[in-house]
Amino acid sequence: MKLTFRVMEIEKNYDGQSVLRGCSYFFENTGVYAIMGPNGCGKSTFLRICALIETPDSGKVSYFQNNEKIKTDTSLKRRISLVLPGIGVFHTTVFKNVSYGLRLRRIQKDELLNRADAALESVGLLHKRQQNALTLSSGEKQRLGLARVLAIGPDVIFLDEPTASIDVRNTEMVENIIAKMRNDHRSIIVMTTHDQAQAERLADRVLMITGGRIQGLNG
Amino acid sequence: MHSVWGSFKNALFLIGNFDSELLGIIILSLEVSATALFIASALAIPFGVVTAFKHFYGRGFIVTLLQTFMGLPPVVVGLFLYILLSRSGPLGFMGLLYTPSAMVLAQTILAFPIIAALSNSAIVNVDPVIRQASITLGATPFQSAVTVVKEARYGILSGMIAGLGRTMAEVGAVLIVGGNIAGYTRVMTTTIAMETDKGNFELALALGIVLLCISFLLNLVFHAFQNKGEKKSYL
Repeated sequence: MKLTFRVMEIEKNYDGQSVLRGCSYFFENTGVYAIMGPNGCGKSTFLRICALIETPDSGKVSYFQNNEKIKTDTSLKRRISLVLPGIGVFHTTVFKNVSYGLRLRRIQKDELLNRADAALESVGLLHKRQQNALTLSSGEKQRLGLARVLAIGPDVIFLDEPTASIDVRNTEMVENIIAKMRNDHRSIIVMTTHDQAQAERLADRVLMITGGRIQGLNG
Repeated sequence: MHSVWGSFKNALFLIGNFDSELLGIIILSLEVSATALFIASALAIPFGVVTAFKHFYGRGFIVTLLQTFMGLPPVVVGLFLYILLSRSGPLGFMGLLYTPSAMVLAQTILAFPIIAALSNSAIVNVDPVIRQASITLGATPFQSAVTVVKEARYGILSGMIAGLGRTMAEVGAVLIVGGNIAGYTRVMTTTIAMETDKGNFELALALGIVLLCISFLLNLVFHAFQNKGEKKSYL
């Protein structure tokens, strides 16, 4: 069964400055949620708190399965994934980057090979599987970040500015990958973006963070 | 009076002929330094890892101390070890003075801060996004730490090579605690110092050439590792 999650009255301050002031939202359906807002409004902070890699000063994030709250432990964390703006490419081959999450989950060798190669194929990087990942272009690295997530197939995927600082061609490719992920109806995808047109193209719901609070623009 | 060219020619002759005395000294030097490198690495790398990951009171002071000890004067290390290991010293009962073990101990002490400080620096300088990325892909804190250490592997290897370079080139400490006993504790650097004093330049020069070649080789490997690691920053 798929996961859902609820964010309740999240507050976060940095150096005494309030960034998030009571954000609440229920992410209950699979599909794409786009979070927009001005620079420094707390979009990335919100994403990181939802992805359980940062803790809020107050409020909480709860994950549910069959309407039952589930414990925040490693097994839950392995059903959630966040693609960071810098990706964090490991100094090894493209293939080993993509199979990293699978190896952590002790996936059998044959299945690991199939899933990693399928993920690479879906982002158009299969022909570069033995290349050192550090030699990829920014756009390719972004696609590699998506492939790493696709390979493990999490229930909730967070994408922090997935098309920031990449060229038009790669932006189009990344958007196509996200659209395909949405059409699979397998995961909740939460992405931040500055591009309103992109949000409208990709998202089922557009959310806005202003004044430290989050609200839906289209229901 | 030896001519420079004549000495140089004789030195090359000694090397070319695989002179047994020369080979014995080279092998002992390599054995002592390699053992010291192994022990120092086994202790210093975990130390560098812990000081990079764990936040505890006095961590900054320890790292500063390590960096200061990278330039530790070998004769001072030799002097302290001599006092400790001499018959009337607190560790005199071990009977280590004037043995290769004492030389290994001295070289280990000299290499430890270099390897620990460079390992620490290599780990601290890994992009924090790497650690976050590993966590977001499902790594536990321990698995994430292992991933970061793997990312720092070239920096850590560079530290080991720098440590080996230090032990190979060192003379003061091993001279004091080893005693420069022929066939037992006489290594390349101590032989060069002694043979130069005696005016026997052939053997000193031959060992100098070998030492330079080893040093050059180590530096080549060191730069190869450094370059491999630095590629991260500009690609």
